[in-house]
Amino acid sequence: MGVLILQAGRSQLMSLSAIDVAIIAIYFAFVLGIGFYLKRFTRSGEDFFLAGREMTAWVAGLSFLAANLGSLELMGWAAAAYQYGILATHWYWIGAIPAMLFLGIVMMPFYYISKTHSVPGYLKLRYGESTRALSAVTFALMTVLMSGINMYSMALVLKVVLGWDIHFSIWVASLTVAVYVALGGLLSAIFNEVLQFVLIWLGAMLVPILGLIEAGGWSGMVQKIGERWSGDYTHLWRTLGSFSDNPMGIHWTGIVLGLGWVISFGYWTTDFLVVQRVLAAKDLHAAKLAPIIGAAFKMMVPFIVILPGLLGLALLPMNLTGEAEAVATGGHSYNEVLPLMLARYCGPGLLGLGITALIAGFMSGMAGNVSAFATVWTYDIYRALIKKNATDAHYVSMGRWCTILGVLVSIGTAYLVMQFLSIMDYVQALFSFFIAPLFGTVLLGMLWKRTTPAGGFWGLLAGTVSSIAMWLWVKLDPSALAYIALSPDAKDMAENMYRALWSWLICVIVTVAVTYMTKPKPESELRGLVYGLTPVPSEGHLPLYKRSLFWAIVVAVVWAVLQIIFW
Amino acid sequence: MSEQRQFISIWLFVGVLLLIYGVLIMGSGIYHLVNPPAQETVLAELHAPIWWGALLTVLGAVYTIAFRPRR
Repeated sequence: MGVLILQAGRSQLMSLSAIDVAIIAIYFAFVLGIGFYLKRFTRSGEDFFLAGREMTAWVAGLSFLAANLGSLELMGWAAAAYQYGILATHWYWIGAIPAMLFLGIVMMPFYYISKTHSVPGYLKLRYGESTRALSAVTFALMTVLMSGINMYSMALVLKVVLGWDIHFSIWVASLTVAVYVALGGLLSAIFNEVLQFVLIWLGAMLVPILGLIEAGGWSGMVQKIGERWSGDYTHLWRTLGSFSDNPMGIHWTGIVLGLGWVISFGYWTTDFLVVQRVLAAKDLHAAKLAPIIGAAFKMMVPFIVILPGLLGLALLPMNLTGEAEAVATGGHSYNEVLPLMLARYCGPGLLGLGITALIAGFMSGMAGNVSAFATVWTYDIYRALIKKNATDAHYVSMGRWCTILGVLVSIGTAYLVMQFLSIMDYVQALFSFFIAPLFGTVLLGMLWKRTTPAGGFWGLLAGTVSSIAMWLWVKLDPSALAYIALSPDAKDMAENMYRALWSWLICVIVTVAVTYMTKPKPESELRGLVYGLTPVPSEGHLPLYKRSLFWAIVVAVVWAVLQIIFW
Repeated sequence: MSEQRQFISIWLFVGVLLLIYGVLIMGSGIYHLVNPPAQETVLAELHAPIWWGALLTVLGAVYTIAFRPRR
């Protein structure tokens, strides 16, 4: 969800040995090889866009998480941990786990039983063509733009960290993704995401392990941070009673309602980039388990992301600063904390593995974007609005070509951002406009059979427009932030949380109001789509340890215990 | 869905890649044990490439054997 930006023009942080380069080259050979191997298995639309719907819960679950676990996410949140301390963990725990469990237990049955190819496809079944069109066009546009921004940021990372040429990084990494996704579709993307998931963990895990050894364990690290820095960097909740008590300038209501409810549920339950992986599961049981498996691993991600940032606070001899100051002084910025920690502990070989983990993270995120774009473009825009009755083979061919096209548009965006850096802020804001209201639309559609097609459409539109209006208001008059985020002490992070919350509420209120003024769909058209009209197969015949609800409760209990431990 | 969907398990790809990486990293660690580089990393005395490489090798070998194609 995050994007990180470094500025070029400084000397590189590290250089690679021959063995490091060999490790990276072998990785590229492997991911391309997987694409070529899987091409023969992707002949139908179901194969190409939904991986034949035969993924196990483990594969779907790990792919679900890997599509989100981009390298910019890793480096960006490690930087946030250095800057804000353990507060950054909220984006991994309350900002993900409840939503992932909710997706698995409550929402997945409706997505899966409806046999939809995509989230906009579900909106078509539930509300009609206009809601699908609004959702599909915005999603497709934002996906390729975000992909381009991530591509540019990653190329800059490789430039600053390794001194690689920006154009080389953009073209080699993105064309590799284009080739393997165009060849093997979602199947190839998922296979590679699982491989990338393993590499990210094994490449990044050494930093916290060695860091903890050097710091003298968790308590040694906390002590060192306390000696070097003023402020509380190691508690999750106790500084959130007031906007002014913590470096993020945020209140616990913003974290719980804005992040934990609207943004998190919006992203994890309606962003097709991640939901698509779970739709590829082989049956409903696997589809329900996949997000729960993803949640269990997501809960552990702070170990390889947040902990290195905290260890950087405790152990790095230099003080990292903001990007502008780092460029001006020739120092290092927050954003470099993960590469700096990698260079601190990893010599030849291990360094190659760590860099491969970063590249793998970038490619898994990008493959997620382009495969989701290809599906939504082909099924929800091209088939729905342009060419309705073509053959399945034609749509597969369209999927392959628009994978290439999606990558080329992303590359174009990357170059555009290179010229006009402020575009990045606008595109990220645009993306956030749609997620929160979409969650309101999908949730009401799934859980309330009375919701009408007009209610769904106008609610989504009103939520989106109000989000844009609030953003513009603050942009034109920064003092408006005090009204949006309920405090003059609020900072940017708080604005996002509250803007999401208000736009979601507006979406829900408008949807409900319009629903009561319009005629609902007959129940016969809602079977398989809505709670109360969709028979969800029971898992009662399964032993306890195989039931999705049991594992969801286990994950929820561990999550709650972690909140208490790090309170 | 296409016929003959018996594709190689993803875990075999994972296993083979980890095996290759493990051997390379462990080999590099042993080489640098004998010929220490000019610039040592922090905690170089723990010889992380050797034991991390060994871990990758074992993991890779286990996955490669467990998920090898069988007739």
